[in-house]
Amino acid sequence: MTTPALQARGLVKRYGQVTAIDGADFDLDAGEVLAVVGDNGAGKSSLIKALSGALIPDEGTVLLDGVETHFHSPLDARHAGIETVHQTLALAPAMDIATNLFLGREVRRTGPLGSVFRLLDRNAMRSQAQDQLDALGIETVQHIGQLVETLSGGQRQAVAVARAAMFGSKIVIMDEPTAALGVKESGQVLDLIRRIRDRGLPVVLISHDMPQVFEIADRIHVHRLGRRTAVVRPADASMSQVVSLMTGALRPGDPDAPPNLVDS
Amino acid sequence: MIVFSATTSTFLTVDNLSLVVQQSLVVATLALGQTLIVLTGGIDLANAAIMVLGTMVLARLVINGSNSVVALIAGFLVCAALGAISGGLVTMLNLPPFIVTLGMLTVILAAGRLYSEGNSYPVTDNLLGILGQGGYLFGQIKVTHGMTLAVVMFAVTWYALTRTAWGRHVYALGNDPEAARLTGIRVGRTRFSVYLVAGVIYAFAAWQALGRIPNADPNAFQTGNLDSITAVVIGGTSLFGGRGSVMGTVVGALIVAVLRSGLTQAGIDSLYQDVATGVLVIAAVAFDQVVRRRSR
Ligand SMILES: Nc1ncnc2c1ncn2[C@@H]1O[C@H](COP(=O)(O)OP(=O)(O)OP(=O)(O)O)[C@@H](O)[C@H]1O
Ligand SMILES: [Mg+2]
Repeated sequence: MTTPALQARGLVKRYGQVTAIDGADFDLDAGEVLAVVGDNGAGKSSLIKALSGALIPDEGTVLLDGVETHFHSPLDARHAGIETVHQTLALAPAMDIATNLFLGREVRRTGPLGSVFRLLDRNAMRSQAQDQLDALGIETVQHIGQLVETLSGGQRQAVAVARAAMFGSKIVIMDEPTAALGVKESGQVLDLIRRIRDRGLPVVLISHDMPQVFEIADRIHVHRLGRRTAVVRPADASMSQVVSLMTGALRPGDPDAPPNLVDS
Repeated sequence: MIVFSATTSTFLTVDNLSLVVQQSLVVATLALGQTLIVLTGGIDLANAAIMVLGTMVLARLVINGSNSVVALIAGFLVCAALGAISGGLVTMLNLPPFIVTLGMLTVILAAGRLYSEGNSYPVTDNLLGILGQGGYLFGQIKVTHGMTLAVVMFAVTWYALTRTAWGRHVYALGNDPEAARLTGIRVGRTRFSVYLVAGVIYAFAAWQALGRIPNADPNAFQTGNLDSITAVVIGGTSLFGGRGSVMGTVVGALIVAVLRSGLTQAGIDSLYQDVATGVLVIAAVAFDQVVRRRSR
């Protein structure tokens, strides 16, 4: 078996009295789409924050390609090729779409204009941003110079997804990327996820939308009370079984539970 | 402006306008540093105090026989260090800028008075006073070196804010610091750099102040911090951070200067001028609030 692209063992994160991550394990195989499902407050967002450098776990280890890794900031994870669409989207509302797409990795002009005078290559960034939106089939956005705060919720989500798809070079993580999207736009995001996978990158998708999860996921990671309870294949399980695992109505060892791919 | 030119016959003369601009330079320079800090969502109540201490350092060193270049360097270092202290407290201890700079204001004012030993210090040095001297005539308008310097400083800051990644990061962290952090921006470092740069800008303000009035007085520019905030807010920069421009601040600083000198020439007591600027800043903030609320 090949080494998983991203793994975590025994992650713990406490916020005062609340334990957001309570000894969670995680495995993302190369080239797969892994759905992460769980009730509200189960700790899904906290888990992927720990995997993307946005929070530093109190305990536990993260392994990238089997090598123990410590991300001290989102920048570290980004440098490692991990791109994340956070649930909060992480966009600057008063800035335009192109600026947001390149936030934190602006492109400078070549030559002394860029190296000495730090001059940004705004045209290059704009045209790349436009190409990216076109390539993703995001037609609802009319102008790349539009301020993010003037976009609809779904359009904002599309911008955040476009950014991750554009720069992800190793792993793409999406935390409820379709929550505010219409049927057609959700379908586009699913297409996009498939295209990212076809590029050979594994994708982590957090979603509450069971039909969507069953449509796209290779495996489903079920999260409950801050940790992983089970990992199942969509082919082996029904939606109601997965929901029962999420809520605790069904336990992984139960006779009528679907086959669990990991020990828990 | 129209009201002032109607009530005072000298207001719209070229000489007088040149004077208004000269008078606005100190507040405009303070407001430039203030703009950077307000864009990050902060506020600097200590800027005028830092500047006044800067003038004291410059004047006393020269009076004690220092070379004026050495004095200038020392003045810049002191102002930059004070900006860095504010920035360090805000970024490393995560304290609210309002409280930090209020504390800095109190400490620096007291330090300035102690350092002054109860005196003010006239400056006769050429280099320290040079910004008040005439550079050349632009048409009929007397352009001082101070004006030229201010134009250069605003242009450079405009460039840094709108044409470099640093500027984008300043706006982004003023928009939403957590979003900025998640996109990989080094939020703490950027915020700190803003306070440091502002400190350097206040040193230029100190130099401008000595060009305008060649006398370092620990009690000068008592309302400089509020005037600079007024200029920033009137110029359209949001006190919530992330929105605004230095070009707006130019306009704001000119409006404050025109208001002050217009009211002076109309023979209105400076206390009433404070009333007028106070009303203006509240009106500008209220306007900002209304606009923001509508856009949410
Ligand atoms: N910064 C924080 N401070 C305090 N508690 C937090 C913080 N972040 C998360 N929590 C808590 O940790 C728990 C897990 O939150 P998390 O956002 O990871 O859940 P989630 O599974 O993503 O939920 P949802 O489906 O609603 O997005 C919750 O109880 C939440 O209140
Ligand atoms: Mg969540």
